[in-house]
Amino acid sequence: MGEPCARGESRRSARLLSGWGRATASRAEVLQPRAAVEVETLVSTRSPLIARGLGRSYGDAAQCAGGTVVDMTGLCAVGPLQERTGLVEVDGGTSLDRLMRRTIPRGWFLPVWPGTRQVTVGGAIAADIHGKNHHRDGSFAQHVSRLTLATPTGTYELTPERDPELFWATAGGMGLTGVVTRATISMIPVETSWMSVDTDRFDDLDEAMAAMQQADADHRYSVAWLDCMAPGRHAGRAVMTAGDHAKGSELPARLARKALALPRSRALRIPFTPTHGLLNPLAVTAFNETWFWKAPRRERGRICSMGSFFHPLDAVANWNVLYGRGGFVQYQFVVGDTASELVAGVIGELRSARVPIFLAVLKRFGGSSPGLLSFPMPGWTLALDLPSRAPGLPDVLRRLDHKIAESGGRVYLAKDARLSPDLLEVMYPKLGDLAHVRDRVDPAGVLASDLSRRLGITDAPAHAGLRKMTAAEGSNSQKR
Amino acid sequence: MNNAFGHPQSAVVLGATSDIARALTTRLVALGCDRLVLAARDEVQLAAEAQRVKATGASFVETVRFDAVDTHSAIEVVDQCFEALQARGWQVDLVVVAAGILCDGVDDWRDPAVVERCVTVNFSWPSVALSRSASSLHRQGQGTIVVLSSVAGIRIRRSNFIYGAAKAGVDGFAHGLAEALRGSGVNVQVVRPGFVKTRMTTGRRVPPIAASADDVAAAIVRGLQTRADTVWVPTSLRWVFGVARMLPAWLWRRIPF
Repeated sequence: MGEPCARGESRRSARLLSGWGRATASRAEVLQPRAAVEVETLVSTRSPLIARGLGRSYGDAAQCAGGTVVDMTGLCAVGPLQERTGLVEVDGGTSLDRLMRRTIPRGWFLPVWPGTRQVTVGGAIAADIHGKNHHRDGSFAQHVSRLTLATPTGTYELTPERDPELFWATAGGMGLTGVVTRATISMIPVETSWMSVDTDRFDDLDEAMAAMQQADADHRYSVAWLDCMAPGRHAGRAVMTAGDHAKGSELPARLARKALALPRSRALRIPFTPTHGLLNPLAVTAFNETWFWKAPRRERGRICSMGSFFHPLDAVANWNVLYGRGGFVQYQFVVGDTASELVAGVIGELRSARVPIFLAVLKRFGGSSPGLLSFPMPGWTLALDLPSRAPGLPDVLRRLDHKIAESGGRVYLAKDARLSPDLLEVMYPKLGDLAHVRDRVDPAGVLASDLSRRLGITDAPAHAGLRKMTAAEGSNSQKR
Repeated sequence: MNNAFGHPQSAVVLGATSDIARALTTRLVALGCDRLVLAARDEVQLAAEAQRVKATGASFVETVRFDAVDTHSAIEVVDQCFEALQARGWQVDLVVVAAGILCDGVDDWRDPAVVERCVTVNFSWPSVALSRSASSLHRQGQGTIVVLSSVAGIRIRRSNFIYGAAKAGVDGFAHGLAEALRGSGVNVQVVRPGFVKTRMTTGRRVPPIAASADDVAAAIVRGLQTRADTVWVPTSLRWVFGVARMLPAWLWRRIPF
């Protein structure tokens, strides 16, 4: 594997950690190992424990109050790219940004991009993330051909064929089956790193949703930004962008020599946390108004950089502090096509509860992922940024949880910081299978996060001590 | 675990039979806090309260009896309450310190026994309980403490100065504790109600600004969501007492409430 990305000794410290939404915080001992073998030792000697990457989960998925958090960002070697197959083996703590910088100059692109490049490969697998191409290419884990998983009962080399049960419990498993120390990802070939983008502006949500269904068929990537602060029937007016990889022949002459250009690596950083936040309904309404009218009503084939198409928010490294000390929650849910009216319904309920919606992104999903706790399923997914201090927000989200669960939909655990345990199994019916896998690889219940404890996925049983002993005895089978 | 809105899933309530604590418990259970340890002095009332809380939907309710006249008992009581939850693998998300008695007899100050009792129950015992709870929550890595202070301790009045002095003590202790715990994952909310119509205040003259026990409970829950370090109930009292604190003694003396 390539040179290590972090030098020096492994570090440890007690630290207060929170998710990207900054609305939940807890203290844990944070250790930053520099080798996979150190991770293996930690997982088999400490409890409770959870892995953490770059902290982009919005809620409490990568924190473990009073326990151990394994900061994986010290393990980020990128192996050689196999030029014929596009396979590349990387350490679990490698960021997608780092990986991309190695592969794009040679014409290989990440198969799935989330809204930021600042996530680790391990985190991308644990949350089984999706991108704007989900309707065509599925979720991240569907492009992982092999992974190494450190668990309390030993280290496993997994492929979807060799141990599908553990592989698909790990994909989307929120780190509750072990720590991904290495993974092989199959990249996709591109002629250029530029995107050819179609933009359409719609005055209301229904129009936008109809157009998005059409865009699915015609484009590899599609997404819609919604203005939920607009008055009356314009609530949910949208700017849809749909894109494809630009071919070499589509690039204008001035870009021809920069066909495989990389996005800028430097980002702005806000040097302080404004106590009450700089985002308020007035500011956001003004921003939305500008953003909406700035977009062309209809534009075809505009050549955009990959950074501006996929990761516009990466331009500011810590935009999350704009919400102020209280932080925010992101509510992302998916509902099937038969319940598509819930998209407008959710926006409507939040508006009538006077909760400001600061950011809204709508996307269509293709098929479900085989991951037991994977979020994607066919239909519509809407992600909403909401200030966590908004009065009435807890009640209205609780009501919406019920509606979404009843319709067969679910909320995204990688974004969650407030779902209650009673609805979890309705939304994720394969939860019981995960418990079964955990009994195999983590019988003592070592792996636990604030999220898993809040949702009762890893409620420590009263006889945990006893189970720990049995686990130690039976730990030598199945190892690599 | 506390969620993004500061809503707990398990709580320890010290002084659980007080009207404010009861109103708060009801609201907490409705928000999904269904594992509670209730602690109070009167065994009969405590048992009745445990029954009531179970009936509102809590899945786990345990009771601990204590008497706040014995300062040292606070350590053991807090440990017992924590143990009841932690032994089952649950974290203690919230500790409510609502123990207190009113001591506003005209001649109470002449009786050293009354003074001692008032200061112990309202200040010493709660402070020791706070200290112990804070240590345990600190070890746990997260948690919230809600302390019932009172505006009586903000500008002390002749009519209930022993109570006011004790509340001033606990108010100061809790605010200091909040500072000491900054960055630890443990939050402290100090609640400063004005006059609250409860069993404790029955028979007292009701001033123009008065709240109900449920108003206090609602304000506490809202304070959890906003991570408030000080909660005034009603909120207008923040400004009223901002002024009251600066009034000269001769004027303060003449204000009838």
